[in-house]
Amino acid sequence: MPEVTVEWYVALSVLLFSIGALGVLLRRNAIIVFMSIELMLNAANLLFVAFANHLQDVDGQVLVFFVITVAAAEVAVGLALIVTIFRTKHSINIDEINLMKG
Amino acid sequence: MGNPILFLILAAVAVIAAVMMVRSRNAIYSALFLVLNFVTIAVLYLILNAPFIAMVQITVYAGAIMVLFLFVIMLLGAEKLQGFEESSKGQLWIAAFLAVVLIATFAVALIQGDPSSSGAVAGLDSSPSNLGLHLFKAYVFPFELTGVLLLAAMIGVVVLSRNSAKRGKDA
Repeated sequence: MPEVTVEWYVALSVLLFSIGALGVLLRRNAIIVFMSIELMLNAANLLFVAFANHLQDVDGQVLVFFVITVAAAEVAVGLALIVTIFRTKHSINIDEINLMKG
Repeated sequence: MGNPILFLILAAVAVIAAVMMVRSRNAIYSALFLVLNFVTIAVLYLILNAPFIAMVQITVYAGAIMVLFLFVIMLLGAEKLQGFEESSKGQLWIAAFLAVVLIATFAVALIQGDPSSSGAVAGLDSSPSNLGLHLFKAYVFPFELTGVLLLAAMIGVVVLSRNSAKRGKDA
C-alpha cells in the first residue's frame, strides 16, 4: 500500500483551491463568492499544516493561527459590506454592484 | 502521514463538498456543504499532528464564521437569489479553461519541486502549550498586531451597520 506523502496533501490543496477559484469566477451571488474565497484560504491553511508536519516545524501552524484570525476579521467586515449593499441596492448580484457611490 | 485509505476518503468528501458548495443553487446548502468541508479538513489537521489548529478550525471556522454566514443569508433572505445559470455559457468555458490552466501550473510546480529535501528530524511538538509559547515568544509582535486588526475590524463593522440602519430609517 502506498504511503501518504506531503505530495498527496499538496494535490488535495490544489484541487480545493481551484474549485474555490472556479466558484469566484462562476457565481454571481456575492455571499457564495465570499464562501469560495474562504475555501481558497482553507486550502492554503491545509498546505501550511501539511508542510509543518513534513518539515517538523511548528511555525507553519502558528501561521495558520494568524490566517484564521485575519479570515475572521475579513468575514465580519465583508458580510457587513454585503448587508449594507443589499439594503441600498436590494440585490447582491455582483454584476449589479458597479457603482463606487450608491 | 496517515492511512492512505482514510486520506482518500477524507479527500473525496472534502472535494465533493467543495464542488457541491460551488454548484448548489440554494445559498444555505452551500454554507452547510462548506461546513462539511471544514470539518473534514479539521480531521486532516488531526492526522497531521495539529490538534490545536483542528480545534480552532472547528470552533472558529465551522462554528463562528459559518454561523455568521448563515445568519446573513437568512437575514437577507438571499438563499435563492442568483444561481449558477446566471453566468453565460462563454463565461463557463473560460472559467473552466482557467481552472485547468491553474491546476496544470500547480502540477508542474508539484512535479518539479522536491519537498523531500527537508532533513528535519527535530520532532514536532504541536501541543497547545508549545504553540502558545511560540506565539508569545517569536511571534509576539504579529500577535499584538492581530489584536489591533480585530479591533479595527470590529469598529469598522459597527460603523458600517450603524450607517445602514440610519439610512433605512430615513427611507
